[in-house]
Amino acid sequence: MPKLDFDVITLGHGSGGVLTNKLLDSGVFELLSNDILDERHDGAFLELNGKTAFSTDSFLVSPIFFPGGNIGELAVNGTVNDLAMCGAIPKYLSLSFIIEEGLPVKEFWDILVAIKFACEKAGVKIVTGDTKVVEKGKGDKIFINTSGVGPIHPKAKISAKNISIGDKIIISGNVASHGMTIMSVREGLEFESEIKSDTTNLNYTILNLIEQFGENIHLLTDPTRGGVATVLKEIAQSSEIGIDLVQRDFPIDDQVASACELLGLDPLYVANEGLFIAFVSASNADAVLAALQEEENGKNARIIGSVVTEHPKQVIMESAIGGKRVISMLPGEQLPRIC
Amino acid sequence: MKYMSEYRDPDLAKKYLEEIKNTVSRPWSIMEVCGGQTHSLVKNGIIEMLPDSVTMIHGPGCPVCVTPLNLIDKAIYLAEEKDVILCSFGDMLRVPGSQKSLLEAKAQGADVRILYSPLEAVKIAEDNPDKEVVFFAVGFETTAPANALSVVHAHRRGVKNYSILASHVLVPPAIKAVIDDEESKIDGFLAAGHVCTIMGNTEYHPLSAEYKVPIVVTGFEPLDVLQGILMVIRQLEQSKSIVENQYARIVREDGNPDAQKVIDEVFEVRNQMWRGIGEIPDSGYAVREKYADFDATKKYNVTIEEAPENPDCISGQIMKGIKKPFECSQFGKTCKPTNPLGAPMVSSEGACAAYYHFSGLVEA
Repeated sequence: MPKLDFDVITLGHGSGGVLTNKLLDSGVFELLSNDILDERHDGAFLELNGKTAFSTDSFLVSPIFFPGGNIGELAVNGTVNDLAMCGAIPKYLSLSFIIEEGLPVKEFWDILVAIKFACEKAGVKIVTGDTKVVEKGKGDKIFINTSGVGPIHPKAKISAKNISIGDKIIISGNVASHGMTIMSVREGLEFESEIKSDTTNLNYTILNLIEQFGENIHLLTDPTRGGVATVLKEIAQSSEIGIDLVQRDFPIDDQVASACELLGLDPLYVANEGLFIAFVSASNADAVLAALQEEENGKNARIIGSVVTEHPKQVIMESAIGGKRVISMLPGEQLPRIC
Repeated sequence: MKYMSEYRDPDLAKKYLEEIKNTVSRPWSIMEVCGGQTHSLVKNGIIEMLPDSVTMIHGPGCPVCVTPLNLIDKAIYLAEEKDVILCSFGDMLRVPGSQKSLLEAKAQGADVRILYSPLEAVKIAEDNPDKEVVFFAVGFETTAPANALSVVHAHRRGVKNYSILASHVLVPPAIKAVIDDEESKIDGFLAAGHVCTIMGNTEYHPLSAEYKVPIVVTGFEPLDVLQGILMVIRQLEQSKSIVENQYARIVREDGNPDAQKVIDEVFEVRNQMWRGIGEIPDSGYAVREKYADFDATKKYNVTIEEAPENPDCISGQIMKGIKKPFECSQFGKTCKPTNPLGAPMVSSEGACAAYYHFSGLVEA
């Protein structure tokens, strides 16, 4: 961490004046340095050819540091993964902070370091950015927005239109880990556990699958907010397909499952970070699964369901005991139950 | 996770269902009293797996659903007081009061916090001596010991800025009220396993004997519920009416005496309003005079005019098992989880919301 003559971020650090420069020159630019960012222009000059994916996301999480990561890597991985879900090779990211005054510089620095390492791991560059500071009470420590671009992989043909009857639905790993991790450290609901957020970059894993299986990968999506249930229900509705799921096939960590039971939450609706769902042609499903399971990001991957002609727009899950249950969207946030 | 997967075994479930089919000789209506069991029935698709002659009726056992509208309005009023931190179990937040929900009050700036343990609220009170901390102490007998303990704990530690807004409801008087209703036709009951974990089974013997109904104390996992249903049906087919304990791995005949002691220390039985049903004699807990300083209703003396319930809502008939959610003209039309007209559409344990979420006959 650089030596600074201030311990906390104040309004002045977002003013664009001397303090802003002092903050940025204290090591921020150096930390995130690359040929494009180093030009320090109003915007970034990029070389982009062919079909390109562009995605944006804002990140707010409380607490900002949690087991398995912090808001910084979440902000990088989130946009990297959104690009990867398009079949793109993530290249360049923008990075904007909205900081609530009073944030300790140490925490800001820890977040920046996490951003740097996450960028290195995912092979992306921060090429432009912004910092604003809001008054105490008008934010929640720090909000981060990242946007990203990257060229579409030549073999990728990702579109909901490609989903066909019979497609298998593969999930890349354990569900509900991120959401339950955040819950486990949230004030008033803390419980002891060893669970960790699954935040990670998925771009190399995805590109590897696209290299091998090309257009047999019909659709990719990451079940972040709203969890697996919400994402699949959205797809079923918008693509007018039926989806059958088998509850027994959902991979979930024992501790995460217990935590969900304890708080009365349904893991299917809990947020994930380093997780994706792939719709793949039935004939390739086993091969895709095997390839995925060889990777660290996919070692717990499973086939959880398939696309069917029956019940268009509906997601129906076979329950643990063999009954049928319709999966719908939640009316709002999942709230822990009384008993 | 052995302790759970054991109770979700599909092969055993099949055997229970077979046994239920083989035992039933005529139609029976069985009420599961507890919302947790309703949740389990719909979440696991059990209702559709049962033979047509077995009808499950969803009882009034969702604490969120039966908490009186007026008390929710009081909680919201207190939450909006400048120096109050209102703490609550999570699922109370979405329940609509007459004007708004606690979630909306929170969005408008009220300090409303979701907790899992009422003892945490006492800690918040200790950490914020310049604020008044009110815990919205809702629930059946199950949550009563923890809520009572928070009062004892605060009293012992000399915490002056802590109180509870209590709305506790009791199961046996509710079962009695359901049976007494002329329109309801219920042949047997699944009693709420976790309530009996605290209170034991003794209160249910006189009910079963007087009304000649089988009562089976039942757990919440799918196999628990299936076994409970089978036990009720066996009794019915043999014209028996006794109390049986399906949930023996948790529930003891005399319950948990320590928990009962702490309940008795803090609470006394009183008449209680049930949202959608009305007043049921001796069916709730009030904070004893000894702990009046910890009773938010006395401490703040909030009086809020009784707001009328939506006249289109038939929640009383739903919770007494007289009507099914689908038989309500508003179900899934004007009344949805995003816009509940009445209590059972609010919590996922409420009969209407459970049907809405899991049966999928109506789209969001």
